[in-house]
Amino acid sequence: MSVLLVALGAAVGAPLRYLADRAVQARFGSAFPWGTLTVNVVGSLVLGVLVALPVTPAINALLGTGFCGAFTTWSTLSYETLRLAQAGRRLPALTNTLGSVAAGLAAASAGYALTQALTP
Amino acid sequence: MTQRPRQRIDPDVDLRSPRDRREVIRHPAAVLGAVAAGGVLGSLARAGLQAAFPHGPAAFAWATFGINLGGCLLIGVLMAVLRAAGGGPPLARPFLGVGVLGGFTTFSTYVVDVHQALVVGAPGTALAYLVGTVVGALLAVWTGDTLTGRLLQWRGR
Repeated sequence: MSVLLVALGAAVGAPLRYLADRAVQARFGSAFPWGTLTVNVVGSLVLGVLVALPVTPAINALLGTGFCGAFTTWSTLSYETLRLAQAGRRLPALTNTLGSVAAGLAAASAGYALTQALTP
Repeated sequence: MTQRPRQRIDPDVDLRSPRDRREVIRHPAAVLGAVAAGGVLGSLARAGLQAAFPHGPAAFAWATFGINLGGCLLIGVLMAVLRAAGGGPPLARPFLGVGVLGGFTTFSTYVVDVHQALVVGAPGTALAYLVGTVVGALLAVWTGDTLTGRLLQWRGR
């Protein structure tokens, strides 16, 4: 049961990351990896909301482990940072990593705090 | 031929690459299907490892830490191999890179576990996990890329 729900969430989350990344790049260009940063921050916000809610294990498998897990990524983020650094773009490389972590943490905290404040 | 892969920053999709730009327009079902299938496999592997090595909110999330570092090492290996192969088969990057490794690694669980450790009053664990993952992930991707590049160069001689 939970295996199927994780699979279902991931089957939506991974292609949505790819499409969202494309959409952000089409709008803002590809010199700085805004697409992955956006996806990681949005996914962190969603998971922050989810952990503050009294959700069932099934919902957690579908939306948390499956969707948010597959939607967000560390492998893409680390490779982008490596490529930026190899291209001699040290500041964008540093900004990409530290900015993603700071914004992701802020988004998860905000999602968690807001949800806790709004739920009885 | 070598100019295009050199420019790539984003391994998921880089719209400056003509091949990346075209792929989903020409073959939407195949590309999105490959990403989804890979994402399912990577996510199930992650879920399995997380279930096998559970952790409390105040404890270091070793399973996710290992998953993320392993995935970063492997994306370095994969992209170096594909680069040497002039991009490789059309669905290799969507399936293995975007799908399997993107689905295997997770950023949201990482930041939420850092946040949860802070919430339960374990700032030491939170900081160690926060910094450890950043440093480990970057070392892992660099190691995967460098070692694979050297190995391929050595074999090509």
